[in-house]
Amino acid sequence: MTTPMDLLHGPLLSEAIDLGAVLLLALGLKGLAKVSSARSANALAAAAMLLAVVGLLLQLQPDPEAWAWIASGTGLGTVAGMVTARRVPMTAMPEVVALFNGCGGMASLLVAFGVALFDADAAGLVDRISIAVSVFVGAITFSGSLVAMAKLQGWLDTPGWTQSQLRHGVNLVLALLCLAGALLLPADPGGLPLWLLGIAATLLGIGVTLPIGGADMPVVISLLNSYSGVAAAAAGFVVGSRLLIVAGAMVGAAGLILTQVMCTAMNRSLVSVLFGGALGGAAHVGGGGGEAGYSRITSCSPEECAMALEQAERVVFVPGYGLAVAQAQHALRELSKLLEAHGVEVSYAIHPVAGRMPGHMNVLLAEADVPYEQLLEMDTINPEFPRTDVVIVLGANDVVNPQAKSDPSSPLYGMPVLEVDQARQVFVVKRSLGAGYAGIANALFELPQTAMVFGDAKAVINGLISELRALGVGRAKAAA
Amino acid sequence: MNSLSSSLWVLLLGSLLGLELIGKVPPTLHTPLMSGANAISGITILASLTLIGRAQGHPALLAIAAVSLAFALYNVVGGFVVTDRMLAMFRRRGER
Repeated sequence: MTTPMDLLHGPLLSEAIDLGAVLLLALGLKGLAKVSSARSANALAAAAMLLAVVGLLLQLQPDPEAWAWIASGTGLGTVAGMVTARRVPMTAMPEVVALFNGCGGMASLLVAFGVALFDADAAGLVDRISIAVSVFVGAITFSGSLVAMAKLQGWLDTPGWTQSQLRHGVNLVLALLCLAGALLLPADPGGLPLWLLGIAATLLGIGVTLPIGGADMPVVISLLNSYSGVAAAAAGFVVGSRLLIVAGAMVGAAGLILTQVMCTAMNRSLVSVLFGGALGGAAHVGGGGGEAGYSRITSCSPEECAMALEQAERVVFVPGYGLAVAQAQHALRELSKLLEAHGVEVSYAIHPVAGRMPGHMNVLLAEADVPYEQLLEMDTINPEFPRTDVVIVLGANDVVNPQAKSDPSSPLYGMPVLEVDQARQVFVVKRSLGAGYAGIANALFELPQTAMVFGDAKAVINGLISELRALGVGRAKAAA
Repeated sequence: MNSLSSSLWVLLLGSLLGLELIGKVPPTLHTPLMSGANAISGITILASLTLIGRAQGHPALLAIAAVSLAFALYNVVGGFVVTDRMLAMFRRRGER
């Protein structure tokens, strides 16, 4: 006779739970793509994950010893994850996503190793092929993500030798070693091929990621994120979990789309990101005499800039990563509040790759309480520049370079840029005349309507605020 | 064989679902979406748990599975928390 207790342990209930979890995960992923629903969607996805775990535990019925191992793994991972996620500053977001991603890849790698080394007798041919896939993708995800993190943190440079064509040969050899390991593995899952595959794939992850320049790293992280979905799906084949297969496949495919969207925004093809080496390196080779310094630079003081702002009706800020480095988002918000109180129309022009990862600048400005309706995307703001009185460029460089439109010999040619040169007056706040990520000169700086305000972004903004106050902005409205 | 072919169907349909779900994303959400999707990819916790459940007291297998559980959960918990932190900051004018 079937009692309710039996039903609770039966396959029917765990199937139902799995289906529910898949549905919630899909809804969560979908909701994450819309501003209004993103936060609740994130919570929904987390709840779905919890549901899937509870369902699995009901089905597995672990013994006390297994519970002890589960508890220790859970405790360690949860505490470490909480601490990292709460402590990390918003500016370091790309690094931390890479780090988490690498750990996800490591987990799939370990699962496959565990089965291969200690549980291979029960594994059929399909399981053994899955082990090979899981080891390969997991190891590449792990080592590639860690290299990406180290490069973004500035712990690793792009060594010169990695830019030589030789690297393709080295990577090809590593890929062939992986292939050999993967082909030999099913016959002898716990033996030498497993280690060959694991080590060669780890090195391949390093070999492919190391030559890629900092500006392209976000695309790499997004791609590796997609790989970790594939790694999860492969682990699903290894342990025979359909839920894991479907969730992994979903994330893998979604990651691929996101990678494509990012490449389009940066006007780079995925192939050139992966195999083209660092953009800066190429620019130095092909740039010719274009970087021989600037001849017609006008510089001005914060005082003159403040006077222009005081007269303006419409002001657009163009924030770049330099703003975030100077931690000047909050000061900028204060400045724009002051101008708004004075009746000036203020908006922010956000290039798709502003910051260090697409959408990163939005996060940084949101942290400073800037309402997101004021953040205008490139296609929205570009037609507005001709009727803009003052543009202030803060720590952005390549994304406002007009040569991307006009000069076919420029390495940036074809990249969509913010057309700030159309505005009546442009102020560029910059520490020095140093080049941007792409390592090339910016024609914007030499235009007659452009003036450079040299200094640290935060110091300049605070200077502007006090100059504006001295001009009576902030009180003027009340008096009038 | 039957279970393999149904798994392959699941793989195929799951991939198509993923392609369909993320069609148009506003650039504002690229970073949070990447980190949210990244948290979901930590679903490997299910594989780690299954391995622990199957280990039947094999100490080395238990240990390796528990370590993989810790790595995957680091990905999951960290990913969801950091995504929530980012999304909590997106507010409309005057919203608090």
